[in-house]
Order: sequence, then structure tokens, then C-alpha cells
Amino acid sequence: MSDRLLRRALGYGAALTLALVMVAPFLWMLSTALMDEFEVYQAPPPLLPTVPRFANFTEALTALPFALYFRNSLILAAATVTGQVVTAAMAGYAFARHRFAGRTPLFAVYLGTLMIPGIALLVPRFLLVDAMGLVDTVAGLVSVELVAAWGIFLMRQYFLSLPRDMEDAARLDGAGEWQVFWHVAVPLARPALATVALFAFIDAWKALLWPLVIARSPDLRVVEAGVASFHGMYFANWPWQMAAAVAALVPVLVVFLVAQKAFLRGLAFGGIK
Amino acid sequence: MAALELRHLIKRFAGGVVGVDDVTLTVGDGAFTALVGPSGCGKTTILRMVAGLEEPTSGAVVIGGREVTHLPPAARDVAMVFQNYALYPHLTVRENIGFPLKVRKTQGAEVARRVAHAAELLEIGALLDRKPAQLSGGQRQRVALARAIVREPALFLFDEPLSNLDAQVRAQTRAELVALHRRLGATMLFVTHDQVEAMTMAQSVAVMAQGRVLQEAPPMALYREPQTLAVARLIGSPSINTLVGRTTGERFEGALTCTTTAAPHGDVVLAVRPEHLVLGTAIDAAPATVLLVEPLGPESLVRLRLRSGDVVVARVAGEATCRMGDDVGVRVAAGEGHCFRAGDGTRLT
Repeated sequence: MSDRLLRRALGYGAALTLALVMVAPFLWMLSTALMDEFEVYQAPPPLLPTVPRFANFTEALTALPFALYFRNSLILAAATVTGQVVTAAMAGYAFARHRFAGRTPLFAVYLGTLMIPGIALLVPRFLLVDAMGLVDTVAGLVSVELVAAWGIFLMRQYFLSLPRDMEDAARLDGAGEWQVFWHVAVPLARPALATVALFAFIDAWKALLWPLVIARSPDLRVVEAGVASFHGMYFANWPWQMAAAVAALVPVLVVFLVAQKAFLRGLAFGGIK
Repeated sequence: MAALELRHLIKRFAGGVVGVDDVTLTVGDGAFTALVGPSGCGKTTILRMVAGLEEPTSGAVVIGGREVTHLPPAARDVAMVFQNYALYPHLTVRENIGFPLKVRKTQGAEVARRVAHAAELLEIGALLDRKPAQLSGGQRQRVALARAIVREPALFLFDEPLSNLDAQVRAQTRAELVALHRRLGATMLFVTHDQVEAMTMAQSVAVMAQGRVLQEAPPMALYREPQTLAVARLIGSPSINTLVGRTTGERFEGALTCTTTAAPHGDVVLAVRPEHLVLGTAIDAAPATVLLVEPLGPESLVRLRLRSGDVVVARVAGEATCRMGDDVGVRVAAGEGHCFRAGDGTRLT
């Protein structure tokens, strides 16, 4: 075997191993979702169910009001995506293209917030939202993730990478600043906006801690909280929990596939020589 | 259409760099003026200040008698064609051309009529439904032009619009731009670093260096009567030959000698166009060695080394009779050659 072939085989081997490591928990989740309630506890734990039990899905999803949870998660995700995309696009553009007093220090402050761990913000955020009387409301649920500093950072960098000529051309064509932003800058930034939207969606969809803290009534529970509740202090139904987790994953996959298309569309741009 | 006036325009960038240094220039109503100069000489900065994309440090921009120095671009009634065309990649050709009308809230039917007219003028009617990415460089150029003419602005600005085209398309587009200028009767300011473009298209050429306009004149006047050594060097291809020496009142004396009416001066640069160097064995010819002969078809360029070590280029009609390594005589044609002060490069008269 030549050196080149050997190197290639080693490369593929390493990639395959990594891929397996990544996909193994997912496969185990899928396998567990199809097991009998007590099959899970055998020692050593079986890799595959003896008889796949698809009923776990319907049982898990009806044991708790998952339709309601999905709706709540969708509201949270939609609000987060909308809020982050709008604020990231506008603030990113302003930081990239407009000169105003305090621009650099302000941007440094925005970046600085990225270093604060989310868990450290939990209590202050709760106190703020409580002071506004929004605990246990939809507004309180969605309020804290409407702006993302990293999204603003990403959009700023993207706008900086775009040639200014198109915006200047639009200004000469008679467009005001708002029209330049809306008709030229935003369409050009679609790939970056898709990235912001995708990450915002995933973040919101897998949010657990904040929704648990802010939502007291079961009516405001999100999917992740529902999935977690199959695992109490004295009770655990692994197959149901895994079945609900698999179901919770479906919207993420759908959104990812849709957003991926937008990424590719972005690559086909070419108005500048 | 309208005349453009620049009055004592100065642009100082952050850090104190002077981009444009006290430029006063007038482009008459319906005139076609070119700004030519090496890159970094400030010509694009002038264009951007006229467009309103850059704020002058001081001075005034007047379009059609109205001072617009501090007005936003949209309020100036100016159209600009960018070096990279700056088409909107997400819009079709039709939408690109119609964009200036759309943002001005022009009625749909009127937009369609004027887009069709502009497209017809530039022969791009068949491309209206394509996206910029599907067009060749020359086609993008036409779309950019159509977008500029569609709203009939008072003034057209061109920022090196031909520099991204290949040689053949460029020559063709030059002729088309001149024809378009004649047809529209529009006032045009054209920026280029290519003196051939400036000379062939414009009615008047302003030569710039280091933020200043060195001379503004019709192309042939600029070529025949450069007022400074820098202008003489910037205009003409191949470059004008320069030799140092002195003038006595009747003659220039240096590596070559020639008659001149220039005042006596001790430190003089003689500038001679290649076509004004004559090869032959006349009495006053200086000896030289042929370094290279470049046949161009209708003419040939002969590169010569004088005894002084200076290298000059002579342009001779048809095929050159000499060869590389030959010893020949060379002299300045009677009445030709410009004398400049060596120090500041000003013309000696």
C-alpha cells in the first residue's frame, strides 16, 4: 500500500471513529426509546431492544400534554429567532457602517457580556423579570433571549466583509439609510442571518433552566421541561423520556435542513466582479 | 443637465494625510471631463466628494448653480458608475435598473417604460430577467450604465468603469460611452488612471498628482503643451524622453542638443516625445546604440542608449531599418522638445 493510500485510510479511520463517538449517544437514545420499561435495567445493559416498542412514543407524548409543551417551545423559539435576527441585523449594521460617539467602547461592552456565564445571569434576570411582574407569563419566558451579543458580533463582522460600493450605489440611487439597510444590506446578509436564526432556534429549543425558573404553571412548560419531568426523584421512565427526546429533536432537524438551503443560496451570490 | 464646479476643494483624512489639495475645476454643462493620474492621487476622492459619499474638509461642490457640498447623495441628482459596477446581486437586471426609480416611489408603469428605454439604449433588453452573476463583465458594465441613465441625472460620475474589462471590450465600450455622451448631451466626470482612456474619450482632461490638478486642457493641448514636467511624463505612451542639461538662450545642451527659445538656465530637463526623435546621420545627430527594436506594425519603437548612458525611445514610421546593436545617429526634430526647470518641473519659456 502506498503512503498516500495509507494516509488516506488513516484519515478516514479517524473521521469514522469521531463520527461514531458523536453519533453513539444519539443511537443509544433511539435504541432506549424503543425498549421495554424494565429492559433498560438489565445488566449488562442491552444495546438493542429485543422487541422494538413503538408504543413508547404515543404513550410518552400523551402521558403529559406535549402538544401544549411543543406550542410553548415554538412560541419561545419563534420569539427568540425573530428578536435575535432583527436586533443582530440592525445593531450589527450600525456597528459596521455608522460612525457614532462611543461606538468602539459600546461594542467592547457587548463583546464583554459574552464572557459572563449564563448561569450567573439567572438570578439577576429573574429579579428583573419579577420586578416587572412578568413571572409565569409568555412575555417573561421569551424576554431574556431576544438580543444576542454573539449574533450582533457575527453580523457586524459579516457586514464589514461586504463591499461598501453597493450601499453607496443605493445612496446615489436615492435610497435613504433605512432603504439602504433593508433593500441592499439585509438581502446581501442572508447567509449570515440564516446562521443567526439557526443558532437562535437551537438555543431556544433546548432551553431548560430559564423556562423552569420562570414558568410556574404547567401551562407554560416547554418541551425540554416535559422531557425532563419523566425523571423525578422517585421515578424514572427511561424509554418514555428517550422517546420524548427523539420527538423533541424533529423540529431541530427540520429547521436545520431549511436553514442549510439558505446557506447554500448565500454561496451563489456574485454581483461584484 | 448641469455644470459642475469644484471650488478650492480640500480633503484631509484622519491622521493628517491630504487626499485632495485645493482643487478648483469646472465641468461645463454637457461636457465630458476626465480626471487622470496615478493611483492615490486623489481623483476617486474628488468623485466621492462630488457624489456626496465623502465630506470635504473645506471648499464647495456646486452642481447646476446649486451648492450641494453638505447635501446627502440622494439630494444631488448625480449618478455614478462604480469600478466594480456595484450591481445588486439579489435583484434581476430589470430590478437593478429600476431600483433608483423604485426607491423614489415612481409609478410601476413609468418604471417599466423607462427601464425598457434604458435597456434598449444599451442593447441589454434580452438580459432583463437575469441576475448579475449570470452576466459577463461587459454586460454588467452596461447594466450599471443603464441604472445610471434611467433617472436622467444632472451629472454622471464614472469611477474607472472600464478597468475590469478585457482589452477588446474596453476599446468598444470607450467608443460607446462617447456615443452615449453625445446622444444624452449629459455632463460627465470620468476618473481613470489610464491616459489612453482619458485622451480618447474626454473633451477636457485634468491631470492630477498628489491631490492637485497639475493641468487641465483638451487632450491634444495637454499632449503638445504640457505645463509641467510631471504632466509631460504622465501623458503619452510610450513615456516622453527626458534628458538633463542647460539652456543658453538659443540651444539646449545635454546628451542631445537642439534649438530652443527657452530662457537661459543652468539646470534644465529637456522632454522629447518619441516621435520627435529622428534617426539618421545628420551633422547634429548624437551617436547612440540600438538596444531594442519593437515593431508594432504601422510603426516601430527603437530603444537607444546615448553615449551619456541615457536611454531614449524613438518612434519611427513603418519598419525600422536598424537592428539591435547597430550604431546610429539621433537628433531632435526641428522645433520640438520642451524645456523644464529641473528643480520644480515648471516650463521654461
